[in-house]
Amino acid sequence: MRSVLSLTVNGRAREDLVADNMLLLDYLREVAGLTGTKQGCDGGECGACTVLVDDQPRLACSTLAHQVAGKRIETIEGLATRGRLSALQQAFHEKLGTQCGFCTPGMIMAAEALLRRNPDPSRDEIKAALSGNLCRCTGYVKIVESVETAVRAREAAE
Amino acid sequence: MSGSVGQPIDRVDGPAKVGGKARYAADFRPSGVVYGAIVTAAIAKGRIAALDTTAAEAIPGVISVIHHGNAPQLAYAPMDPRPIVDPKTGEALRVFQNDQVLFAGQPIALVVAEEPEQAIQAAALVRASYAVGNAASDFSHASLEARPPEESRHPGGKPGALRRGDADAAFAAATRRVDASYEQPAEFHCAIELHGTIARWDHDHLTLWDKTQWVDNDRTEMAHVFGIPDDNVRVISPFVGGAFGSALRSWPHVAAAALASLLVNRPVELVLTRRQQFSSVGYRPRTVQRVRLGADDNGRLTAVIHEAVAQTSAYEEYAEMVIEPPAMLYSTPTLRADYRLAPMNVNTPCPMRAPGIVTGTLALELAMDELAEACDLDPLRLRLLNYAERDENKNLPWSSKSLRQCYAIGAERFGWSRRPSAPASRRDGHWLVGYGMASAVYPAHRAPATAHAELRADGTASVTSAASDMGPGTYTSMTQVAADELGLPINAVQFELGDSLMPPAPVHGGSMTMASVGSAVQAACRALRAKALDLEHPNRLPQDRGAMQQAYARLLARHRLDCLTAETEAMPDDAAGRFSMYAFGAVFAEVRVDAELGEIRVPRLLGVYAAGRIVNPKTARSQCIGGMVGGLGMALTERGQWDDRFGKIMNASLADYLVPVNADVQSIEALFVPEEDPWVNPLGVKGVGEIALVGVAPAILNAIHNATGRRIRSLPATLEKVMGC
Repeated sequence: MRSVLSLTVNGRAREDLVADNMLLLDYLREVAGLTGTKQGCDGGECGACTVLVDDQPRLACSTLAHQVAGKRIETIEGLATRGRLSALQQAFHEKLGTQCGFCTPGMIMAAEALLRRNPDPSRDEIKAALSGNLCRCTGYVKIVESVETAVRAREAAE
Repeated sequence: MSGSVGQPIDRVDGPAKVGGKARYAADFRPSGVVYGAIVTAAIAKGRIAALDTTAAEAIPGVISVIHHGNAPQLAYAPMDPRPIVDPKTGEALRVFQNDQVLFAGQPIALVVAEEPEQAIQAAALVRASYAVGNAASDFSHASLEARPPEESRHPGGKPGALRRGDADAAFAAATRRVDASYEQPAEFHCAIELHGTIARWDHDHLTLWDKTQWVDNDRTEMAHVFGIPDDNVRVISPFVGGAFGSALRSWPHVAAAALASLLVNRPVELVLTRRQQFSSVGYRPRTVQRVRLGADDNGRLTAVIHEAVAQTSAYEEYAEMVIEPPAMLYSTPTLRADYRLAPMNVNTPCPMRAPGIVTGTLALELAMDELAEACDLDPLRLRLLNYAERDENKNLPWSSKSLRQCYAIGAERFGWSRRPSAPASRRDGHWLVGYGMASAVYPAHRAPATAHAELRADGTASVTSAASDMGPGTYTSMTQVAADELGLPINAVQFELGDSLMPPAPVHGGSMTMASVGSAVQAACRALRAKALDLEHPNRLPQDRGAMQQAYARLLARHRLDCLTAETEAMPDDAAGRFSMYAFGAVFAEVRVDAELGEIRVPRLLGVYAAGRIVNPKTARSQCIGGMVGGLGMALTERGQWDDRFGKIMNASLADYLVPVNADVQSIEALFVPEEDPWVNPLGVKGVGEIALVGVAPAILNAIHNATGRRIRSLPATLEKVMGC
């Protein structure tokens, strides 16, 4: 069965004819062409597919596209403004929060969700917020440092 | 002119990665692409008696179900010589060519459908029935019939035995002895990117977008599978989302994707599920090692006996250098090392970060800690007493070795002198506290590589080589080398890799990319600069990097050139025959064990490495920290578990196979000892990717002993083992 799906992706309203069993992950990658959102497991193990749904982190691999009808979806591609990296992206770049880069989009989106609900998190709060996101390259040290750097950069910008 | 080599340059591919714009294999979208899903064998040995695809074919959107009953026979032409990443003996698994099942999880059919969900659903509906054979599925049984690797009988094959003197007699005569067995389970790479391939045929030309650490070999392997010339295959792989060895060789699913594309006449994307990653690609083999160390009363080694048995598959023989560390890491007058393989009905193991070396070092470094206790010596003191001033295995001097400095700097920084001298003697509340250390080692390899360098009309440069970057920073470090040679700023140089149409590069593994491709990039850029100087008097070229770009642009314009190019192959010289080349390191760990609950925490890990010149300390440090956390997983959580009765892997997911998570990681520090090595390669680099994993697990287990008094001799060190359950 297919039906029309209406939602907003990175600020843009979309309407697509989408199969009822299509995952949000495949909708974003295959229909919307946003391949920044990654798949790293068979469902909810790794966090690589984390996107924001109405500002909340959500695993796109464990969400049907039709479950988020009418909602506001944000992916890694939506964070930069006019080609300028967000503070969080810039910090992940400079502090080497990214190595192979595959967990990075999900990691950044999970961190973005944290900073929206808690602009000044402690180290433990950062680790807790990223607890569902696995990384096999960096050993997490640089990822936590990246988020801390972004927090300071955002404070300085205010 | 100050160089960028040695500077902590930001990752040049960082903005693409944090922006979601880096394109990994499965991110390419050739028009008309359809999706594949694999069906795997449910038995470990036997044959497929019947395959019912009716229900699968009835799913809307399903285009084809491919299996041995309908697939064409493919050429599978033998490669001669075999690529270095393939096992030397046996035959690689051929997809859908017959009804034989050799291991559980073997691909037996492939569903192709218009949408991914349709393919997955249909794959679940394929019904196979089997004639079940007698599988070798129990390691303890299989290891009874272990035999030396067949390749050890051929020149260049990994050795099955190493000997110096009469080690058994020396051990019998030793006054201080250790005799213990250590078990390392199978471990899985678990890169976050799943293995995936997109295959597209254009008439008789095949294009593959593949997760691979070696595009050139992937091209040649697939050309042999299909019996077509190498030039008819192109492999593209600009970004690899981690691999750690799992993408060195070309796996059966790559051929399956290409075969499917041929049959359905559409581009086919095939991404393995996480579960399939545990059987469709390789893993670090389960290895049991018995180590006997003999020493005199002063702690000087008199005998090293090292016997290792590792699993391999029933159809290929995968061998590692497990017995190399015991033969060279310490000075010993006698040595007997034996390495044997136990064939089982499992998929073939493959290199995983520091293959063989990490395994051999694990057992040796655990045994050295036990010997220190037997000799009543500080473990670090014991290592210094037995320091190898030359490679006694190859009987060669070291090209450079700064392990003593690693020990000294590490001990000072870590506060080794505050180590509790007796096991289980320090307590902090309910925590038992202990310190442990281990040595680390990894050989410095180099292979031929070619790079192409081009100055463009605007004075910027483009450099290419068919190398790979699975995360360490190949893009960045090559850009640094090229910028320095050409006298250009970093942002005026573009380095590209990951396309088999580029000049050939060796495999991105064994910590040799910088040594090999870096040397080629340096040579090509040096040749290009010489060409430019032939056209222009050197005095007219500026010293300033910003001005150099304009100078190159003016030079090309004056000579009416669109571009100026140079292509150079860099070959290893004969120094490897005169010197033994290794990177060395020392790892220190603090461990806290909950006295009541057995919970193990690692509040501090320090790695000090002497690995020649460090091209980019920022990316290198990050790479080492990541490797050390891999070692933390090896020590405490990682274990591939088969059901010995059925030969099936039981924990094939990231929820059940436990890689380290954020909460496991506390203070991790990696330092580099400055080291100049004039012999190893023109750049003086030894590589750090592999060594970062070596020595971490034994340092942690030795610290657990120091904290609790308990020797854990099988990985991982779980709570129940610490509690003695």
